[in-house]
Formats: sequence, C-alpha cells, structure tokens
Amino acid sequence: MTNIPETGRTPRVQIRLVIIQILVLSLFGTLGGRLWYLQIRNGEEYAKEASGNHVQQVVQPAVRGSILDARGVPLADNETRLVVSASRTELMKMKDDGKAVLTKLAGVLGMKPRDVMEKVRLCDAETPQPCWNGSPYQPIPITDEATAKQALQIRERSEDFPGITAEPQAVRRYASPGDANTAQVLGYLSPVTDDEINKAKDTDSPYLRSDQVGRSGLEREYDKQLRGKAGVTRYEVDNLGRVIGQAKSDEAQPGANVVTSIDARVQRVAEYELNDAMKKARDVFDKNTGRNYKADSGAVIVMEAKTGRVVAMASNPTYDPNAWVGGISAKDYKKLTGKNSNYPLLNRAIQGQAAPGSIFKVVPTAAAVNAGYAFDGRYDCSSSYAIGGQVFKNFESKGYGPISLGQALEVSCDTVFYRLAHEEWLKDGGNKPRKKPKDWFYKTAHQFGLGALTGIDLPNEVSGRVPDRQWKQAYWKANKDAWCKYGDKDGSYAERIAYENCLEGNRMRAGDSVNYSIGQGDTLVTPIQMATIYAAISNGGTLYDPTVGKAIISADGRSVSEIKPKAHGKLPMTKKTRDEIDQALAGVVTGGGTAAWRFGGWPQDKIPMHAKTGTAEVYGKQTTSWFATYTKEYSVVMTISQGGTGSGASGPAVRNIYEALYGLNDQGEQDLKKALLPTPQKSLPKIQPDGSIDAPKTEKYDPKAQQATEEDQTAPAGQLPTGTAPSRSPENRNTRRRSPGGRATRKRSPGGRVHRRTTRQRRMPT
Amino acid sequence: MTGANSFSVSGYGPERAGWSRVFARDSLARRLDWPILLSALALSFIGAALVYSATRNRTELNQGDPYYFLLRHLLNTGIGFALMVGTVWLGHRTLRTAVPILYGISVFLILLVLTPLGATINGAHAWIVLGGGFSLQPSEFVKVTIILGMAMLLAARVDAGDKPYPDHRTVLQSLGLAAVPIVIVLLMPDLGSVMVMVVIVLGVLLASGASNRWVFGLIGTGAMGAIAVWQLGLLDEYQINRFAAFANPDLDPAGVGYNTNQARIAIGSGGLTGTGLFKGSQTTGQFVPEQQTDFVFTVAGEELGFVGAGLILVLLGIVLWRACRIARETTELYGTIVAAGIIAWFAFQSFENIGMTLGIMPVAGLPLPFVSYGGSSMFAVWVAVGLLQSIRVQRPMSA
Repeated sequence: MTNIPETGRTPRVQIRLVIIQILVLSLFGTLGGRLWYLQIRNGEEYAKEASGNHVQQVVQPAVRGSILDARGVPLADNETRLVVSASRTELMKMKDDGKAVLTKLAGVLGMKPRDVMEKVRLCDAETPQPCWNGSPYQPIPITDEATAKQALQIRERSEDFPGITAEPQAVRRYASPGDANTAQVLGYLSPVTDDEINKAKDTDSPYLRSDQVGRSGLEREYDKQLRGKAGVTRYEVDNLGRVIGQAKSDEAQPGANVVTSIDARVQRVAEYELNDAMKKARDVFDKNTGRNYKADSGAVIVMEAKTGRVVAMASNPTYDPNAWVGGISAKDYKKLTGKNSNYPLLNRAIQGQAAPGSIFKVVPTAAAVNAGYAFDGRYDCSSSYAIGGQVFKNFESKGYGPISLGQALEVSCDTVFYRLAHEEWLKDGGNKPRKKPKDWFYKTAHQFGLGALTGIDLPNEVSGRVPDRQWKQAYWKANKDAWCKYGDKDGSYAERIAYENCLEGNRMRAGDSVNYSIGQGDTLVTPIQMATIYAAISNGGTLYDPTVGKAIISADGRSVSEIKPKAHGKLPMTKKTRDEIDQALAGVVTGGGTAAWRFGGWPQDKIPMHAKTGTAEVYGKQTTSWFATYTKEYSVVMTISQGGTGSGASGPAVRNIYEALYGLNDQGEQDLKKALLPTPQKSLPKIQPDGSIDAPKTEKYDPKAQQATEEDQTAPAGQLPTGTAPSRSPENRNTRRRSPGGRATRKRSPGGRVHRRTTRQRRMPT
Repeated sequence: MTGANSFSVSGYGPERAGWSRVFARDSLARRLDWPILLSALALSFIGAALVYSATRNRTELNQGDPYYFLLRHLLNTGIGFALMVGTVWLGHRTLRTAVPILYGISVFLILLVLTPLGATINGAHAWIVLGGGFSLQPSEFVKVTIILGMAMLLAARVDAGDKPYPDHRTVLQSLGLAAVPIVIVLLMPDLGSVMVMVVIVLGVLLASGASNRWVFGLIGTGAMGAIAVWQLGLLDEYQINRFAAFANPDLDPAGVGYNTNQARIAIGSGGLTGTGLFKGSQTTGQFVPEQQTDFVFTVAGEELGFVGAGLILVLLGIVLWRACRIARETTELYGTIVAAGIIAWFAFQSFENIGMTLGIMPVAGLPLPFVSYGGSSMFAVWVAVGLLQSIRVQRPMSA
C-alpha cells in the first residue's frame, strides 16, 4: 500500500511529535509550579486576603452608661441624634478635594458651603477657627442636628455624597436635672487620640476610632465601666456586599451605669447658694482693699458624715458640659480654657487649694492636747502676740482674756494658738532645732490627712500642703537660686522677703510656726480635705475617702457592685477630745461663737449644728472665706476666694443648704415633707432589665418659692410677715427679704393659695 | 496468541458471551484508550461538581433552580459522550470523506454569527442564540473542522505514498483553508478562539512534517500579526485592559484587574486541601465572575485545594500524554495530524485557561476542556476524544 515503512513515520515528524510532547509537559509543569506557588507557598497570605474580602465588620458602639444621682435621676445620659459626618480621607481622594460634594451637602443641610468646608479643614498654625483639631482619619462631624429628612436625602443618594455619612448616634447629654449642672464632677468626653488607641490595643478594652473618652470628672474616673464594650459582628458577604453568613460576633456590652451619691436636688441647692453667696459677696465692701469683694471663685461640698459620700459638690465659675458634645467649638474651648476664662473646668472642690485660715484650728487644738496641753486649761487670748520685734495680731485685734481651747475655737482666738505654737517651736529647739523635733502641730496635720490626697474618686485631685520642715527644706532647695538672685536687703517688701528666704528659707522660723498654727502662711488645703476632716469629727474620728461613685450597676440592672466607703485614717484625738471639740464647734453657732449671728433660730436641740468659720489672708489678694460645718448626718464646707469673712460670705448659703436638706424654715421649724434629704439616701436606684430607671422627677430649686411658702407658714393669710424672724441679723434678713418675686406673690394673693400654687409649680416636671 | 483469540480472528469459532467478546484482545473495548476516556469522564464529572458549586447560589443566572447548571452540564456531558461514541463508530477515516461538508457547515455557522442572528456574550460576539436557553458557539466546532480539513489536505499525498512530506502548494492550500474561519472569528471578534486556532494550525503544520520554513514563517507571521493588531488599534478597549491588567495585576483591583485578582485570591486561599466542596467563601460569595465557565478552575483551587486542582492538571496531562502516544503510534499521517491538532488545541486552551486564573496568562474567554460549563465546547472536546479513540482503535487495521 505504501513505500513508507510500516512504523509510518519519517524522523522529522517523529522528532516534532516528541517536541510537542515535551512542550505540553513543560506547559503543564509550569501550571503545576505556579499552582504550588500560589496555594502552598503563599496560601496563607491569600487566605487572609480572602477572609478580608468577605468578612465585613460591623461595629456597634456600646452605649455609654449613664451617670445617675443617688435616686436614679440621670445626670449624664444619651440621646439619639442624627449626625452627619465627612470622611476626610475619602474627600481628599477626589480631584477637587471634595469641594463639590461638600457644596452639595451644604445645600442639603441648609448651611453655607464655606461653613461646611471650614468644619472639615484641619487646624494648624495658620488656619483660623473654625477647623477640625481631631484625627484626620476620623469622620468629622459636620452637624449633629440633622433632620430625618436631610439624613434620608444623604443616604438615599449615597453615590452623590461619597465619604459622607448620616447616622443616628447616641450622643452624650448632660441633662442638668432640676438645673443641677454638676459640670466639674461629671467631667466631659472628647474623641480618642491615636496614642490612646495604640496603647489600649491589646488590653481587654480597646478603643474604637469613633470612641469618646472621658477626660475629666466621673466620665474619666469611671470611663472603663461607663464605656462598655463595642460589639463587633463579622459578616461573610458576597461580592455585592450581600450577607451570606455570620462569621463571628461579639455582642456589644452597653456601659454600666454609675450611681453617684450626688442628690441632684441638693446639688442644685448647693450650686445656687454658692453662686448666690458669691454674687452677694461682690456687693460687700472690703475695708482692707478699699473695693468690693471680687468673689472670683468658690466651692461647696455636702458630704455624708458617716460614709464620706459626696451628696453635692459645686465649683464656681462653672460651664455647660454640653459644650463638649459633638466636638467642642474653638470659641467654646477658648472660653473654657483661655487666659481670661478663670478656668471653669477646674473643680475647685478638689483642685482649688488655699490657706484654710481658722477652720484649720481644729488641727492645732488636737495637736495641743496631744502635746500635753489640757483642753480645759486657761490660755491667754490677748489681742496680740509678739515674737521678737514682730507682732502677730488677733483677728480685728480683739482680746478675750484667759480662755479654754474650746472657747478659743468658738471665738476663733488666734493668739492662743500663736502662743502654743511658739512654745512648741521653742521646745523643738527654736532656731537651732533638735535632731528629732516633736513637731506636734505638723505631725497632727499629717494625721488629719492634710498634705495628702483624700483619695476621692475624681481625677487630678491636689494634695494641699503642710509647710513642715521637710517641705521647707525641699522648697528652699528648689527656689533658693531665684530668691538669692532677686533678693535685696534694702529693696522692696518682696525683695526683702526673697533676701530673707535666700538666707534662711530652709529653716523653720518662729513666725512660720506661728502663722501655720492658724492655717496661714504656706499652709494649703483643699475644700474636700476640710470636708473630710469635719465629717470625721462628726462621725467620731474616721477619715473616709470621699466618694462620688456609690455603685456600678450594669445596664440591665442585674449586676450591682456597690462602692463601699473606705477609710484612710483616724483623727489623732481621743473620744474625750473629740467630744470637747464637738461641743466647742457647736458653740460657734450659738452664744458668742463667730457664726452665731448666722444661725439665729436654728433648732440646735433637734439638729445640733457645728461649725467653724475661717477668713484666710492671702498676700496680694482679698481674704478667702471658709465655712466648715457638720451635723450628725452631713458635713458642709464652703469656700469663696476673695469673698470676705467665713460667716459673712458663706454663712447664709450654708445655712440654706442645711435648711433644704432638713426641710427647715428660717425659724427652725422642720417640715419633713419639704426636706430634700433629712437622712442620707441609703437604697440604690432600681434599674430595670430593659435599662430604664425608676427615677423620681426632680423639681427645680426655687429659693423664692421656698421663701414664699416659709412665710406662708409662719404668717397667717393676709398678714404681712415682716419681722417674723427676730433672731436673725438685720443684714441677713434684708438680703433674704429683698427678693422681689416673693414679695410680689405675697401681695397679690392670700398665703394659702400661694402655698398651693407654689407646690403645684414645684411638682411640674423639669 | 491464545486459542480463543485466534477463533475470534478466524470468525469461525462458536459464539462467545457478549462480555468476553467486549474484552477480547482485539475487541473494540480492548483497543480503546481507556486512560483518555476515564480521564475525560472524570474531568467532566469534577466539572459538574464545580459548576454546581459555582452556580447553586447565583440566582440571577440559574433561574432559581440550583441544579440548573449541574443538570445541563451532565446533559452536555451525555450528549458529548454520545457524540464520541458516534465518532468512534463512524471512524475518523469515514469522517475524512465528510470533512468538506463538515467544514462547510461550520464555516456557514460562524458566518451566521456575523449576521443579526449572532449574539454578544461577555464581550465576545461568538454566539448564536437558539432560544429556550440554548445557544451555540460555532467557533468551538470550527476548531475540529480546521484540524480535520487541514489534516485531509496535508496527509492526502503523503498517505498515498507520493511524498514524504506535504509540498508547499498543499501547505498553502491548507493554510488557506484555516485562514477563512480564523479571519471570520477574528471579525466577531473572538480573540481567544483565534489564538487557539493559530496554535492548532501550528501544531498541525508541525506534525505534518511541513518544511521548517512554514513553521517559523507561521510563528513570525503570528507575532507580526499580533503587533499589527495592537498597533492598528484593532483591539477593543476591554481587550487592551485585559493585557494591561495582566502586565500589572495591582492595577485598579476593583476594575480591570478585578477578575484576575479575585481568581488568584480564590486559588491561593485554597491551600493544600482547599476549603471543602461548597465551602469556599470566594466561590459562595461570587467574587470571581464567570466562575462556571472560564474561571471554573478557581472553584477547584479554592474548594479542593492543591490536591484537587492538581488532580485536574494530572487528568488533563493524562489525556494529552496518551494523545501524544496515539499521535506517535498511528501509522497514517492523517491520524497523526488530527491527534497533533487536538493536542495543540487542548494543551494551549488548558494552559491559557488555567494560566489566566493563576495570573501567568492574560485573560481570554476560553473554556477549560471538559470542566467548564458550555455545550458547544463540551461537544467539541468529546468529538475530539472520539477522533483520538478512533485513531487508536483503527491503528492496527491500517497496517
């Protein structure tokens, strides 16, 4: 059939077939190699990429817990607002840096395009306000007051608004129940920083980029508990983003509620009375400086005497904490922190320190007793006390003759303490101190907890200062160079002081000791320290760590962990001494005591009041008014910087706070129905499993209405109630009675009706 | 030789049982190339599983019936198998006489694509829609008829014993025969098929023993043609983009590079043993487009891993290895050329298809033989298997 051999192949074809076979083999070898490379060598990498592909994380921020008052009234909670924000990273990807999108957005939101653009630009040295000073990678809120319609427009046309989101967000709200603003105690939130995110990355409570972090006050102290844990749901999605399965999810754990011992009503009274006292102080003429008192700042603390729990804490000047919500505007920020702001962010109850003046005297009294002086001994209260050439005068140069330590407290006699301190100073070696001086007065101050933090559950507490030998030495070491440079033997007063300090500032001089004994000189205390001390005198001597937080209750109310009162020491005095001091402090408000003129009509037999006034001198400034008081239940300390005398400036305010607490009127008649808190709140508010709280309505504190009802009670209908409080000093009565509202109401209608109306008014929800 | 076998040759022996007759030494069943047949079947069934996995969730494609593509794939396999049986039964030599008619029909069909009857699917204007959900891709059949046609022309003189190699005239004729459908397919344009056809022509020429000049000339022409096509801007934008994405895989991962990127992620994430059939997240999530057809290999890569994807490579390798043996062992040049054409076709198409999913070849719309879903392709490759079987079965008789 053919002349070609039976094998059928010319060598050329056979060779080419082998070539084809080798080619095929190498092609498949290539595929196999590449397959190995992708799946075995780089498999893990691709697997990761694949999971990144289909797993979408949906982060549900945990709802921040509420801060409640002792009865469950929310001081800080959340409200849902529609927040429109812009992602800078997205906008910057656009050719025009997102200008077109922002202009369109401005149209929808009814804002000026310029305003919107200014909101998203970053702050730097050359950019004037407004600008964004947060992280550029974080969505920048443009408005948190978008309407549902606006939000819908943005979301429906998401392709027109790349990088813009409109989402309901839980926004912090500081509710100010009954006008109690509690600003410095509550603190505020601001966006988390990159540093914080990195730091908290591997802890059990990492931050989300959108998180807000407590920056001060309770918000910061209990940030971890309040914040809860964000829920992360990981969905497997397909290429169109449709969910095809749920990979893994961590439920969001809503933040726990922090129940405080603050009572919003008492807080309001405290705030009002502090502000009122400061306002009135500004109307008072200061003889020493020749102008009215400035009363530039003040603080008041109401503390449960037996537990150290803070029922009210107010600091003035204050601010609206809602200014921080949704990002503080630069203008507001400047208002709060600027040079001329007087720093309303400071909580002066724990961060304000000043010389205590005479309210300090309980310390040298205890020190004297411990040093061996009899409480009931006779000590000369001369009008002045001279050491060397220096004359230390009694307050207003009054002399009382030989009196007991108790009486010295009552009339606040300085010279008694000058003498004792000087004696002790001499015993300790005077200008050539012994190796181991007894330093009774300083040691006792430390034992009272002064010069140290009280341990209150609020951040950035300051410790005050006990100007003892160690401190003097350290202080001199730190400052002597400056003193020696500035000091001039024959220069001005300040230069002479500096010269003296340069030479012997490290030594405890007689004058130092004497000044210190009445809470002057370099002595510094905080109001919270004094409240703690006076509460301790009331409760028998236990120095409790002041607490604002009372309990942490989970969002569903199931888990309750109470924050138990904790003591950090005992007062260095025997029960007898305590009782004697207690009696002396009661004497301050009765008879010839320094605050007696402020407590006329006080039912001392029913509610024994103890107090100590203080008027501290500050070099170059007007006197600081201090007023430290306690009853069986409470300790109230008020201070007003450049406010005048203790009883003068703070007395009526503190009395009004007590009257509100116990339901007293100016005549000392108690009406328990009106009493806000005759005994401290013991029970905790109940939180339902759904998170709702059974909180009572908080009525606004209306001193005028209270006034009206008081008068209504004391005066029969139709009678003018003038002169019904004969025991009060005329000056005080005038201040109280001058309130126009009260008088107008009184004149227009019979007292009975006023009563009913005011009651009804006060029941109105706030 | 055993007695029984010699009986069967003589034809005078007693009737034997059907079973033993099938497995008698010289029987059809004995002479069939079982490795090819079993590999092709295995590939088709693996393909069925992969197609099912890729389409059971694609409600926009499967008309709500998760088994829509699975059943059709199995039906296609069945029809393909029947076509193979028919091809073996007819024999490639019988078909040789019908080549001009088959060639004519296939060219007519691809011409139809250019008329308004043709339809564009996935950027390739290569389809004739028959209605009822069926459509035809005639370029798949042209691959077979080009092989058969060229083999007929090139082997005629050689098999007749006139010449050791086909002469220039014959080569030119055969090239002309191939050029007509190639140009038509190029006009569709279905570039992937054109590439396969050019490679087929190359394989056919190589196996025919045509002069080296023709072989290198063809390679040179192909290269120049490619440059010309590129330079003259005859390519559509999507084709240029595919090449750009191939050159730089990170280019626009959401757009042009998306397919290859997602395909590589799918395969890479499979690892050694894969995620398990129906458990691949890339597949379930439909991240890879065209996953039941051109990108079916990614399903294997992700869900069956290196083991499963490697098995597909091995099975294809077996088919090609055995085909090479058939090409070498057959005595007629006609059979050799047909086998070589099929090898070139399968090898290149498999390499291109798998290579593009692995990111070593640019994307071209070509199905993976046996595995990809698609009737026309399935029929064509099974006919090719039939031709290979026929060449093998009839080998001894040609002696």
